[in-house]
This record gives sequence, structure tokens and C-alpha cells, in this order.
Amino acid sequence: MTTLLAVEALTKRFGGLVAVNKVDFEISSGSITAIIGPNGAGKTTLFNLIGGSIRPDEGKVTLEGRDITGWKPFSVARGGITRTFQTTALFEELPVWVNLVIGHRMRTRSGLFDALLYTPRARREKKETTREVMEVLGFTGLAEYADMPAGTLPQEAQKRLAIAVALIGKPKLVLLDEPTGGVGLEETDGIITLIDKIRASGVTVCVIEHKMRMIMNLADYIIALNFGIKIADGDPQSVCQDPSVIEAYLGECIA
Amino acid sequence: MKKYGKWAFYLLLIVIVALIPLYLNRSKSGKYTIQVLTMAMIWAIATLSLNLILGYTGQASLAHGAFLGIGAYAFGIFVERVGINIWPALILASLITAFLGMLVGLPSLRTKGPYFAIVTLCFNVIVFKVFENWTWLSGGLRGQKVTMPSYLEARWARYYVVLGFLILAILIERQIVKSLLGSSFIAIRSNENLSEAVGINSFRTKLLSFTVSCFMVGLAGGLFAMEKGSLDYTITNYMYSFYLLIYLLIGGAATLAGPVVGTVGLYFLLDKIKGIGEWRYFIFGLILIVVIIYFPRGIVGGAKQFWEWAKKKYYRTGEVLE
Amino acid sequence: MSFFLNQMVIGIQLGSQYVLVALGLTLIFGILDISHFAHGHMYMIGAYLLYIVMVLGGVNYWLALVICMAALSIAGVVVERAVYRPLRGQPHINSFIAAIGLILVLETLVRGIQPDALRVPKPIDKNFSFLGINMEVQRLIVIVGAIVFIILLQVFIKRTRLGTAIEAMSQDREGAALVGINVNRMSALTFAIATALAAVAAVFMAPLAFVSPEMGSVLVLKAFVIVVIGGLGSMKGAILGGYLLGILEALAIAYISSAYKDVFAFGVLIIILAIWPTGIFGGRD
Repeated sequence: MTTLLAVEALTKRFGGLVAVNKVDFEISSGSITAIIGPNGAGKTTLFNLIGGSIRPDEGKVTLEGRDITGWKPFSVARGGITRTFQTTALFEELPVWVNLVIGHRMRTRSGLFDALLYTPRARREKKETTREVMEVLGFTGLAEYADMPAGTLPQEAQKRLAIAVALIGKPKLVLLDEPTGGVGLEETDGIITLIDKIRASGVTVCVIEHKMRMIMNLADYIIALNFGIKIADGDPQSVCQDPSVIEAYLGECIA
Repeated sequence: MKKYGKWAFYLLLIVIVALIPLYLNRSKSGKYTIQVLTMAMIWAIATLSLNLILGYTGQASLAHGAFLGIGAYAFGIFVERVGINIWPALILASLITAFLGMLVGLPSLRTKGPYFAIVTLCFNVIVFKVFENWTWLSGGLRGQKVTMPSYLEARWARYYVVLGFLILAILIERQIVKSLLGSSFIAIRSNENLSEAVGINSFRTKLLSFTVSCFMVGLAGGLFAMEKGSLDYTITNYMYSFYLLIYLLIGGAATLAGPVVGTVGLYFLLDKIKGIGEWRYFIFGLILIVVIIYFPRGIVGGAKQFWEWAKKKYYRTGEVLE
Repeated sequence: MSFFLNQMVIGIQLGSQYVLVALGLTLIFGILDISHFAHGHMYMIGAYLLYIVMVLGGVNYWLALVICMAALSIAGVVVERAVYRPLRGQPHINSFIAAIGLILVLETLVRGIQPDALRVPKPIDKNFSFLGINMEVQRLIVIVGAIVFIILLQVFIKRTRLGTAIEAMSQDREGAALVGINVNRMSALTFAIATALAAVAAVFMAPLAFVSPEMGSVLVLKAFVIVVIGGLGSMKGAILGGYLLGILEALAIAYISSAYKDVFAFGVLIIILAIWPTGIFGGRD
């Protein structure tokens, strides 16, 4: 397996607090990697650092060997990493399908003159976008909601839509921040199936998750954080038996 | 079939609006009304421009009064002092306004929300003070004369010119907001952080929207100078930025009909109650507060909402009947 | 040298009114997330109220100060209740537009009743001389009075239960609601305090200038400049920024040109925001 994303000695301080402290890891192509850790362990900060919404103080992030440290979020997205947010971020007042059109925007190039003159490129890209939107609606099972404003969807469908918006841009790697947070137990299964499908379609997944049972079955590789420091990493079995992980989780880890 | 009906409706509307001067031109008060309507349509173009950056892109520019003035003066100076034909002068004036808009946007669009509103308002005050003090540029209170060619002397002639540009402005805005580029604009209004996370360069997109918006308001400025025949520095007053905001919000932001309905309606109304002088702005202010509290989507937005609601209600009853 | 000192004192005095107005704005912004653009017009109402109470009613200046503060804090609560509270939770731009509506209403109302600018006599119509500084006693009243009220505000915020609740809310609105701070009461209180501060500024400044319907419009813009530079919601920033702008402006008037004194303040803001898009002292995004 080849390395898709490499994080080296990544560090971020907020005032006196070191939110992420010299974290190293690699994500290999086609895998599902999970980042676990108690609240305030620096998981979301880590995503923000990779995604470019905050700049690291030290360290390096490379995607397929290309240094993307300190890139702006939109460049990171165009470079091949899209993400979802912990507090499900959507274009709430816009219909589901428009959310997806926006997500697909980075695959299209038409600008002002294409819009004004309705050039062949504008026409082609509009068709292409429509096709992609239909496909992703089917893939994520959101077709029935297509015309509803995103904010009016049930919680679980909103989570799936956030994933769909991230996917339609055809990333190499998708970062999912608690994709099952605030979702009922039965509905969690649907999202797990979706994540499996995403991997099967060739997109590498990195996921922040609290539900240990879910992670054990889903992930190929686990990275455990505590107080901004990587305390363990490896396959689910070995991370689960790691004493520092058990300590951090108060023995919550049951496989 | 439904689509043809819509276009037929628009065509009918244009024909009616085009016929209005024929009726009004017969009396003296009618001729005056033509002038009022022409001016209302010019303001409507300006409101449409604000709609692009505020209604669709979500950035509350309070500098559009200044840009209107800049467009008007650029046009006036090109025609009067440089001696260019009015049509290329109109395009040049719009281009200059767009260019200045881009220059202003470069620093100011880095800020967000209320910061942007305040920065642009400050810019407007600066422009106003500059025009007030630089009499070599603005002509001070004496102003800048703008001579029109003889074929534009009749009021109805200018009415048709402005009507043409209004239709053009609506079409341009429609083309943009229905396009993929338009979806980027709307994305930024809805959630700027998420837009960035899905690969939209929000700064560049906002700058484009602002520049196009300034082009349109520059055009409105040029037409304003054409209609008025003379300019003074008060045209750059920031109160005009407020008025544009009011026209837009009462009409309905982020709709295509809203800016036109709001502007023409309110401008016409304000002219009708001219007799009460300053007090009409008292009423104006009260209406604004009531509208923003109870009808935040404006006249057209509210009507659309009502239409959707009625349609749903109708369909639901239909389902029950089946 | 004495010319320079004179200008400095004038600057501090200008700054005093900016601080009083900007403090109210920054409180309202920090706690309620409202760009209360009509704040300058509340200030204007305060000046007219002083005219009514003192000139027409014949009340003593200091008693008039208390009356104006009380009346204006009630007016502030009314504005909050009638205009801003129904807009809570809606996009930021909506309350901003309501504020513009309020500006139109207040300004045309006053102009409709009394179109001419008015004058308010100085309570102590004397000059004083000190270290080559020679100016009206009223300027001294503005400077000292502003300091007194700034200290009073700080004491209130730091030492009383209500004050600490306000501060907590300005730092974390949702958190404050969670620990059971009554949001409605707090926003009414904030408006009362902010508008009373505007009344203080108006009562102090009115004897030094004309009282006119548009006296508040440029002032509020400058206060916003200060609030933005100082960081939205930061009281320290508002105090520092207010005095700084006052001094810079007085020096600019003395040494550059008075025609461009407003251009100066707003130009500085644009440059600063171009470098630090959320103000020098950070503040909320």
C-alpha cells in the first residue's frame, strides 16, 4: 500500500496550551483510518490543521509527496482532501441538490463569461454537474430529499448530506469529523455502510469517532490521541490493548 | 408549455412597460411621470447591482452610493471635458467604476460581515469628502454639466434607453445567478467556511461579484448623469447607499424581481408624497423597521413564500381527495 | 510647545466622547451581536433632551445630566424591546437594516419638529490656564467626567453580580445562557447602560458644539471605527482606540488640514483592516 497522506511532527499551540503536539502518522491509500481520543485530545484541531483552516506552528503535511502545509482550505480541497465538520455544516437554506452542485463546483471551471454567454463549456459542465449530482444522490441514498432545504432534513440525513457534499468533489482523501455524532444507534449502521461503500469506491477515509465498537469493526488503522500527543497507533487490536489507551479511555475499549 | 407561458408573461410585461410613455406623453403631468419612472428604473439598476453582492453573495456593501457617484462623474467628465460620444463613455464609466470597485474590494473583502459593511461605509464617507473638497473634480456645488445629444432630449427617448439597460441588467444578473458561478456566490452567502472547505476560493469569488456589481452600479451612475443633465458632489452621499439597501430589502433580496419592484414602487411612492417633505423619510424608516421584522424576505420574497405555501396546501388537499 | 499641549488636550477631550460612545457600541456588539448603528442618533436625542430640560425647563446642568441619563436608558430599553429583540436569531444584516430605519425615523422626527441647530449654554462659562494650556472649563469637564464614568463602568462590570454576568455574556453568549443568565434581562440592561453612556457624552459635549439632527451620524461611524480597530466587544480596545483617535484627529486638524479630518479616521481604518481583517486586538470573527 502506498502512502497517501503523511503528517510529520505537526504542532499547534493556543496560548500556553499545546493542542497538537508533534504528531506523526501516515495514511495509506484505500484505507480507513480512525482517530480516537477523549474530548479535548486535539482531534478536531488535527483535522483543521490538515484541512488548512488553521496553520500549524511546526511540522509538515504532505499529500502524495506534495507539501501542502499551510495551504488555504480551498487549495487543500482542490488538492484532493475534503472534509465534514463536527457540527454538521451545510448550506442550510439551500435545497439538497444545490448543496451538491456547490460541492461539485471545484471540478468545473466555467466563470463569468461562460455564465453571461452560456458557452459550450458552461453547457457541458452543467450537464456534467447534473449527472454527478444524480449519481451521488443515489450513492448516499438522498434522492428522496433532493428538493428539500438541507437544514430541514432529519439529523442522520444531514450527516449523510455533509458526506455527500465532501464526496462529490472527487477527493482522494475525505476527513469525517464524527459522522455518527448525535445520530441514533440504528441509523449509525447506515452511515457505517456508507463509509464502507466510500472506501470500496476508491476514496481513502479518515474518521474521528467516539463509538469504539463501531471503530473496531470499521477501521484498518487507529491513531489514539490524548492531550495533543499521539499515545498509540496501529491496527485496532493492538491499539485497543495498549495500556495508555486503556488508561485514557478508563477501560472503555471493548473489542 | 409552462415555460412558454412564463416567457409570454415577461414579453407582455415588457410590451406594457414600453407602451406607458405613449399614454403619458400626452399631458404635462404625464411627461413628468415619465421622468420619475425613468429615474426609478435607473435606481432599480443600482439596486440590482447591490442585489448581486448582498442578496446573492451575502456581502453588505455600503459603498454603492459612492460608486454610483463615481460612475456618474466618470460619465459626465468623459462626455463634457474629454468629449467622447456618450455610448463609449457609458461603457468606459462602468469599466472605471468596476476597476475602482476591484481596488476597494482587494483590502475590504478580506473582512467579513459587519466589518465589511463598516469598511465600505467608511470608504463612502471618504469619497464624499473628497468630492466635496476637490472642486476641480466635482465642480463643487455648482456641479458638472452633462450635455446630451439632441436625440436624447425628449423624456420618452431616455425612458426607452433606460428601459433597455434595465432589461439588460436583469438578464445579466439572471445569467450569472443561474450559472455555476452563481452557485459559488450563493454558497459564500450561505456558509463561507464550508464553501472554502469544498474548494471555492471565497476571496476571489467575492471580488468577482463585487467587481461585476460595481460595473452595474457604474452603469446606473452614467445613466443617472444622462438623465439629470448635471451633477454635484452630493450624489456620492452615503445616504444613497442606505436607500439602495432599503429598496433591496423591501423589494426582496436574492430575487430578480424584488429589486425592481422595491425600487420602482418605493421611488414612485416617495415622489407621490413629496408634499410632506422630510416626513416621508420618517414613514420610510418606519416601513423599513416593520418590513425587516415581519417580512424579512421583502415583498417579492414574501409573495413567493406565500405562493409555495398555497401550492403545497392545494396539493395536500388534492392528495386527500384522491 | 503650548500649541502642541493645547492640541493634545483637545485630542483627549475629543477622545473622551469617542470612548463614551464606543464603549456603549462595543458592549452592545459584544453581548448582543448587534451593529447598533442608531447609537449616534440616541446620542443626538440626548443632546436635545438636555436642551429641553436645561434651557426650556431651567433645570441645573448636573441634575439635567442625571435626568438625561435616566430618560435615555429607558429609551434604549424601548429600542431594544421594539426593534432588536424581534430580530434576535436572524441574520446580522437584518438588525443592521433596522438600525438604519431607526436612524431615518429619529433624524427626520427631530428635524421635522425643530429644523434649526440649537445652542446649549456652558454650565461654567470660563477659561482656565495651566502650563500654557488655555481653554474652556467645559473641555476639562468632558475629560474628567469621561474618566469618572469609565471607572464607574469598570467597577460595575468587575464588582457587581449583574456586571460580571454581562462580562460573562460578552465572552461566551451560549455559555451564559446555559448557566442560567437571563438573556432578555441582560440585553435590556446592556442597552440601558450603553444609551446612558451616550447621554453622558451628549450632555458633556452639547455646550461645546451645535445641537443638530445629524450631529450623531459621523460620530457613530467614528465610534464604529474605534470598536472595529479595538476588536468588536473589547472594552479595553474601545477605551484605548477612542483616546488614540481623538488625539490623532486633533493633531491632524492642527498640522494637516481640517477639511480631511474625517477622511483621516476612516482611511486609517481601511488600512488597518486590510492588514488585520478582524481588528488589531483580535476580537470575534
